[in-house]
Amino acid sequence: MVDYSRIGLKVGLEIHRQLDTKHKLFCSCPTKLSQKKPEIVFVRRLRPTQSELGQFDPAALFEFKKGKIIVYEADRETSCLVESDEEPPHNLNLEAVKTALQAALLLNSKPVDEIHVMRKIVIDGSNTCGFQRTCIVALGGFLEVDGKRFPIQTICLEEDAARKVGEDEKRTVYRLDRLGIPLIEVATAPTISTPEEAEKVALAIGKILRSTGKVKRGIGSIRQDLNISIRDGALIEVKGVQELNLISKVVEYEVQRQLKLLEIRDELKKRGLREEELKEEFYDVTEVFRETKSGIIRRALEAGGVVLAVKLPKTAGLLKVELEPKLRFGTELSDRAVFYGGVGGIFHTDELPAYGITQTEVEKVKSILGVSGLDSAVIVADKPEKAGDALKAVVERVREALKGVPEETRSAKPDGTTRYMRPRPGAARLYPETDVPPIPISLGMVEEAKKTLPPPIDKQVEGLMGEFKINRKLAEQLLDSDYQGLFRRAVEVGVPPSFAASALTETMKSLERKGVPVENLSDEDILDVFRLIGEGKTAKESFSTLIEWMAKTGGKALEALERLGLKTLTTHEVEVVVERKLLENMDYLRQNPSRAFNHLMKVVMAEVRGRAEARVVAEVVRGCLSRHGIT
Amino acid sequence: MESLQGYRGLTLKLLRDAGVKVRDHIRVYRGEDVFEGILMPRIELGEKENLVIKLANGYNVGVRVTSQTKIEKVEVEEKPNQNHVEFKVEEKEGLPEVYILGTGGTIASRVEYRTGAVYPSLTTEDLYRSIPELSNLAKIKTKVLFNIFSENMTPKHWSEIAKTTAKILEEEKVNGVIIAHGTDTMGYTASALSFALQNPPTPIILVGSQRSSDRPSSDAALNLIGAVRAAAYAPFAEVTVAMHEWVADEAIVFHRGTKVRKCHTSRRDAFQSINTKPIAKMVENKIVMLTEDYRRRGEGELTLKPDFDERVALLKFYPGFNPQIVEWLIEQKYLGIVFEGTGLGHVGKYCFDSIKKAVDSGLVVAMTSQCIWGSIRMTVYDTGRDLLSLGVIPLKDMLPETALVKMMWSFGQTKNPEKVKELMLKNIAGEYSERLPL
Repeated sequence: MVDYSRIGLKVGLEIHRQLDTKHKLFCSCPTKLSQKKPEIVFVRRLRPTQSELGQFDPAALFEFKKGKIIVYEADRETSCLVESDEEPPHNLNLEAVKTALQAALLLNSKPVDEIHVMRKIVIDGSNTCGFQRTCIVALGGFLEVDGKRFPIQTICLEEDAARKVGEDEKRTVYRLDRLGIPLIEVATAPTISTPEEAEKVALAIGKILRSTGKVKRGIGSIRQDLNISIRDGALIEVKGVQELNLISKVVEYEVQRQLKLLEIRDELKKRGLREEELKEEFYDVTEVFRETKSGIIRRALEAGGVVLAVKLPKTAGLLKVELEPKLRFGTELSDRAVFYGGVGGIFHTDELPAYGITQTEVEKVKSILGVSGLDSAVIVADKPEKAGDALKAVVERVREALKGVPEETRSAKPDGTTRYMRPRPGAARLYPETDVPPIPISLGMVEEAKKTLPPPIDKQVEGLMGEFKINRKLAEQLLDSDYQGLFRRAVEVGVPPSFAASALTETMKSLERKGVPVENLSDEDILDVFRLIGEGKTAKESFSTLIEWMAKTGGKALEALERLGLKTLTTHEVEVVVERKLLENMDYLRQNPSRAFNHLMKVVMAEVRGRAEARVVAEVVRGCLSRHGIT
Repeated sequence: MESLQGYRGLTLKLLRDAGVKVRDHIRVYRGEDVFEGILMPRIELGEKENLVIKLANGYNVGVRVTSQTKIEKVEVEEKPNQNHVEFKVEEKEGLPEVYILGTGGTIASRVEYRTGAVYPSLTTEDLYRSIPELSNLAKIKTKVLFNIFSENMTPKHWSEIAKTTAKILEEEKVNGVIIAHGTDTMGYTASALSFALQNPPTPIILVGSQRSSDRPSSDAALNLIGAVRAAAYAPFAEVTVAMHEWVADEAIVFHRGTKVRKCHTSRRDAFQSINTKPIAKMVENKIVMLTEDYRRRGEGELTLKPDFDERVALLKFYPGFNPQIVEWLIEQKYLGIVFEGTGLGHVGKYCFDSIKKAVDSGLVVAMTSQCIWGSIRMTVYDTGRDLLSLGVIPLKDMLPETALVKMMWSFGQTKNPEKVKELMLKNIAGEYSERLPL
């Protein structure tokens, strides 16, 4: 067990949630993603203006220099001239401002007197303009979790970025539908001191945001960035944690990674490695691999590549040290090589012979490089320039290891581990968005936000319990689920409240766990299913089957009903089934009259499940048995 | 007032009393709130009693100022910019020379991050720095003639541009001249230069940007690359406008100066050739001619005719048009009127008396169509025939804006109305289409 206070863990959170407003942040397009094929496709290139060049983080500049073409795909329903940067932005969406003000009130944060929209330079193409529009709506504040107070730094509104839908060496493809959907960002001060606390604070902020009733649900609508540091380590920014329950794991793994890197630093120092021993001397060892059995190397050579190798003095055994699950120190070197050299990966002597590379080949390379004792070697096979860039990045990463933990931005993986993404950008490059006038926040706006502020989450739970006679667990789950609006509408179309609540929470969650893409369904789609149930056109039991089919095929509720044969049987149809089953089982039923009802129910339900309510079947079975004198 | 740009009222007084100016590091106390950051200039639009500061995290926020607010200056040591990148222009030998003349617009600019101010910039070094491809295309010389929004451009500016361009063509060994221009009236200027600079030996290319050059997505760079490539290498020697063909950063088209019009307020492809196609196109770094009907490089001698007379009006006819406007122009000693009539070239019958008075007073009255696309044809309906008999001259498919510019230019050449009519009807710089494309 790590003593987090001893190692000085500090975590700050940036919680992003998409807002479910009618329009996007700076235009009147709807805030939904498109399932359609793109109608318009165009290419663009972004160019940082001259004075920005010096200010770019090296990675962005590197990306830019690669001269990647950006391809945008759009459809007319979800994108207009604003997303395509063919028209200036419209005014800031006041519905989003109101929601942000409500979040500010709930987080004890002070609205600014005047909102100034800023441009944050982003040149990977995810914003068509080359910058993301962002603004502070409120400053300061706090929330309390388990009796501890956690300060809030800022509450911002910003545009979501375009959706990356494809990438290869020459081009990156983005879909414009997501660009401009309002995001609310709540940033805490870095005062969180354990992984569990981080998760709890994130959960609490998430709940507060949801209680505004204006945040979107589903995958992609929620993203957390974590700033994690330990004493002697470095500030690491982890981007894109999509699941709340991954947060503590991400923090744990990151702490583990930093501690291991510090151990590696100490070991390198103990071995007496000096920075000047790490040289960018790359040897062409292509000849060694002329007859190689390694498919990767052979393919690289056939494509006109070379095999380059570099000696890493005094590092033997350290490259295979596991920093966090599935991530060895060698993987860190490899990630850098991939990023800066655009190569597929590297080989290092801690893991060789393997991958078709033989002991003999390894020995030959070692002897060319003069590798002995505690030295190791790294090999890359690719075009000469790429291989060179890759090895340069590898050597640079080992240099950093001598100093400890390099500051960087890492991206979160679904298992809670993180991988290198890019160097940490310097101070945010923000300049005013002169196309959007400043928006004064009047007392009236704050009053209006206050007046329409939903009650605190606990009051909402009790409210739901009282109003719909559902139990606390369901009410809480419902509030956690972001389906409250839909729940009310389901009840309005005649579905029993407790069924609607469990369908929207437990059933949906279990479908999600099964990997059913329920996020593809709109509220209307789900409501259609409730409507069928409410009108008695299908049984409650069909909910899960219908939803699953619709989510997977993109079909509508009525179609699902037809295709799956889940239409409710009329009483007459049930009678026909019951009569048939009775005849088939006549002998058994006559011999076991005391078990007759249960047996007949069982065989009939097996056939009509989802198409008839058990209550109706029971009635018919009872009548039928008595008609045939079986009692 | 530069040092406290945009501030007024109480805020201005408090800032002055604190001895603070824009860009100073300040602290603002208001009740229990304290704000610290850099004082930013105030744009005129904002509410009166707000001041704008840039916080340490880079964001600007507005702070409302009351009589209780205290402002103090904080002395902070300026950190020098560590990130400054040295830039060296590598001039390549043997490249053709191209001259870029700046008149306004922000085809190239730099952003000052501290305040967010955008400054236009047109030095060769800045151009090479923001568009490195240019240094491989041509040896570029630049000169800023003036720096105005294009809506402030007048016929006097057209003359200046024409004279300066002629001088450059005479004195410098250039393969082409580029004129950087704000887009709003770039079509008018293109037209004016088409008449003022006849038989040019090289391409004369106007270029602008629809999306400001302070954004990484600006169309300025590709437009300029297209313009420079054409100025250096294209076979045509005409006045053209170089802009995006579509919303993609893919193709640049070259519109003939007399046939081009800004048809959209903001799109990259706002400029369109009307009743014809562009004469050339740059795609994948190659210039492709789209017509055989163009002036070749080196044909003939440049003739400079830079004079314009501004006493010509462009009148758009509309239901409810008051003919008194025409009478007023006569009183004001105008020399000519170009009508933007309806459809095939009509104005309401109730204007006939005034038009007759104008013609009788010696004004040249000409007709174009507000439909933009298509040609007028005044012999189809009675109204047209009546207008012809009143002495209105039909300008076929000439663009209304081109017709205005041409009449101003014609009166710059002669004050004789008959001679002006002759000039107006003669195809001088491709302003008339021989046939309209299907």
